[in-house]
Amino acid sequence: MSKVLPRKDVVVVGLGWTGSIVSHQLAEAGLDVVAIERGPWRDTATDFNVGYMPDELRYAIRRDLFLQARAEAITVRNNTGQDALPMRNYIGFLPGNGVGGAGVHWNGQTWRFYDSDFELKSHLTDKYGADRIKDLQIQDWGVTGAEMDGYYDRFEKLAGISGKAGNIKGEIQPGGNPFESARSDEYPLPPMQMTYGPSLFADITGKMGLHPFPSPSANLSKNYVNPLGIAMGQCTYCGFCERFGCANYSKASAQTTVLPALMRMPNFEARTQCEVLKVEVPKGAEMARGVTYIDSTGEEYFQPADIVVICAYQLFNVRLMLLSGIGKPYDPQSGEGTVGRNYCYQTNAGTRLYFEDDKKFNPFIAAGALGQTCDDYNGDSFDHSDLDFVGGAGINCIPSNGRPIETRPTPPGTPKWGAEWKKATRDTYQSSLAFGAQGSSYATRGNYLDLDPTYKDNYGRPLLRMTFDFPDNDLRMSHYVSDRMEEIAKASGAKQYTVSRQKKGWNSAIYQSTHNTGGAIMGTDPTTSALNPYLQSWDVHNVFVVGASAFPQNAGKNPTGTVGALAFRAADAIRDQYLKAPGAPLVKA
Amino acid sequence: MTSLPLRSSRRAFLAGGVSLLVVGALSPVSAHSYSGQLPWLIDNTEPPVPVKPGGWYFFLPDEVALMSAICDRLIPADDLSPSGTDAGCVVFLDRQLAGPYGRAERLYMKGPFHPGLPTQGYQGPNTPAQRFRKGLAAIGKAVDAKTPGKKFTDWDAKDQDAFLTSLEKGDVKFGNGLDSKTFFAFMLENVMEGFFADPIYGGNKDMAGWKMIGFPGARYDYRAWVPQHNKPFTGAPISIAGSVQWGGKADK
Ligand SMILES: Cc1cc2nc3c(=O)[nH]c(=O)nc-3n(C[C@H](O)[C@H](O)[C@H](O)COP(=O)(O)OP(=O)(O)OC[C@H]3O[C@@H](n4cnc5c(N)ncnc54)[C@H](O)[C@@H]3O)c2cc1C
Ligand code: SF4
Repeated sequence: MSKVLPRKDVVVVGLGWTGSIVSHQLAEAGLDVVAIERGPWRDTATDFNVGYMPDELRYAIRRDLFLQARAEAITVRNNTGQDALPMRNYIGFLPGNGVGGAGVHWNGQTWRFYDSDFELKSHLTDKYGADRIKDLQIQDWGVTGAEMDGYYDRFEKLAGISGKAGNIKGEIQPGGNPFESARSDEYPLPPMQMTYGPSLFADITGKMGLHPFPSPSANLSKNYVNPLGIAMGQCTYCGFCERFGCANYSKASAQTTVLPALMRMPNFEARTQCEVLKVEVPKGAEMARGVTYIDSTGEEYFQPADIVVICAYQLFNVRLMLLSGIGKPYDPQSGEGTVGRNYCYQTNAGTRLYFEDDKKFNPFIAAGALGQTCDDYNGDSFDHSDLDFVGGAGINCIPSNGRPIETRPTPPGTPKWGAEWKKATRDTYQSSLAFGAQGSSYATRGNYLDLDPTYKDNYGRPLLRMTFDFPDNDLRMSHYVSDRMEEIAKASGAKQYTVSRQKKGWNSAIYQSTHNTGGAIMGTDPTTSALNPYLQSWDVHNVFVVGASAFPQNAGKNPTGTVGALAFRAADAIRDQYLKAPGAPLVKA
Repeated sequence: MTSLPLRSSRRAFLAGGVSLLVVGALSPVSAHSYSGQLPWLIDNTEPPVPVKPGGWYFFLPDEVALMSAICDRLIPADDLSPSGTDAGCVVFLDRQLAGPYGRAERLYMKGPFHPGLPTQGYQGPNTPAQRFRKGLAAIGKAVDAKTPGKKFTDWDAKDQDAFLTSLEKGDVKFGNGLDSKTFFAFMLENVMEGFFADPIYGGNKDMAGWKMIGFPGARYDYRAWVPQHNKPFTGAPISIAGSVQWGGKADK
């Protein structure tokens, strides 16, 4: 029997990036908000302590801050012909855990998607014909890039993003990304200072006629005070960024941009070490009653609430919907149902250059989002008329670290141990440079999420099952961009290079990206989307689901700029529209 | 705000001293409610507990000898660095395997266990500690089958290297449910962790691994060096435990 708690206006599930933004916006509107987070409380001085944060083994290899598979695993397979098995250790992607979520240990590469990405189906159909995308399940988002601009701007200013705009109100800006869609304002901070590697990459690609520009970064180029009055410090290029909390208050996260203000609000409460098991929706009802959660002593509670906002990260948003019976589960056979539909990822490929030892890159002088990008082959910034695919990839030179357990390249053909390995490792450490293509991931009928029939969590409930492989379209795209990377490698003057191309058979046993998207997507048609364009469930009207789960498909860019913008959009919709007529759908089905 | 308990048990968890049985959440810290102010307790940090060499917590004497001989071949002593064993890799492995890592405390260990595809990752039912125990025993057996009555440590370096190469290729049949290729890759990964992790965990003694490649360790502010393109960084490495510049003992 669950213990019943006093009612709240809003219960937020998960206190990561989106949960903290939504909680703050709604608490500011005067609502009584409780956020329920399954991991521990975390803060900079105590948990990301400079005295012991730079510890590769503990944080990057054993992954102290991450969700452990023992607590909740996911089963994986490439297609319905295979048996899904649990990822016994999270390797391929690394979900977060605890206050701040994955925003604690992200890199901070903070992008806007292009206008054409939001109306992708219409855009590609108009330009290349419906036949071109017939094998894909591409959809429009139900929101335009112009509508997203203001929300992006709020997230960038909250987070102190350091970058150079490429297109302000239609005017191309020197030094920025010339392919960028029009935006209303510049970034709040200038780009980071460049280290040698990305500068060299910019030289090489610039001479080839490409358009390199500084990658927009949530590692702050300068000291900054955000609109909530919270001060952040300049990044010190420590090189312990991705997978680590920042000890300097230099990387934007819930801790450094929202929580100091949010925690002081008397109408907000955070409960940690409490895992939400289910959103309670009576059978057939259009309103949820609240959530059931269990604390770390095993005690179960029912928290009644008028509004439930699920901010548990893409994967767990979808699992909670499936476990709670919100919306109709997607069936890849019939193509019907919405929850679990359009799971997408990121189609990556890499290049490594091996120079003579006259190059000294100091790879340890680095930050998670410090680098240069060429967007010449991303999205639809290049003409696809004569190509056999849609989509594209950003080519990024963001050498984020030189931590030696993982980052100690050797030229191809080198043994993996012994005297020869030692010499090659020593000779290569300073003189090698990597860059990569981060490609779009477009939906197909067969890539989806559902509940696993065999494997269970600690409470006996089915794990989430992921069925995913790279669609042929995306592999053709990735190979095309890998060919472009190879041209850059040839022009670089390196004595040797490798290009690791993406291939069929998505491999969960090597780290690729924690950019999982879709499964609870937004759209204008309730038969093909789980959420309306305000991230409100079509089926249960007081449930909003915030995160990359809402993306109908993923662009060739990191997701969190768009995730943060959507969090502001959903919070605004609740404040400004939903509260006027509680319980009503914001869009007529 | 409810008060925070000291996280002493979590510290012990990191040090590998205590076995914890917690359902669901992995941390023994109990649930909390926070409101009205940022929770703050100065004693709430969880520094790592330094490994002290001396004694073996996991390895048996024969295993210590075998593991040391292997580490001396994987990372042989030369003018670039001392050997893997002299750099503390075996001590590192011992403490890791005796702790939560060895016990697979963070892995999903529920059945059914199926071999699966390589793209689904390691699917065996063994913990890392069990993999080492069984893998080293299988190596001992394979050596005995080749040269009855002799041990790996009796072989010369050339024969040892040839044997390690055949393990790496998967040419040795273990016959105990483990596959020699997978075991070798796993063992190598753990040895390299020892050679390159912060010395506080027992390996990378005197920052030997870092000195070999020029990694400056736990430094945290490189701003002065950012604009100095193509110039090798010259500062001495620093461990979490300290640096000779600070009177620390780690860098001799
Ligand atoms: C290693 C790494 C690098 C990354 N780098 C980048 C990058 O450079 N650029 C970029 O754009 N993105 C990056 N990301 C992705 C980015 O971190 C996420 O997009 C972002 O954090 C998502 O925000 P969220 O609020 O949806 O989820 P999170 O920030 O993860 O928050 C979700 C929270 O919900 C909690 N939760 C989950 N289930 C429950 C439950 N049942 N009950 C209670 N609480 C629950 C979790 O513990 C977590 O705290 C990276 C991610 C990782 C892991
Ligand atoms: S690189 Fe910069 S932002 Fe990242 S953790 Fe280090 S100081 Fe913080």
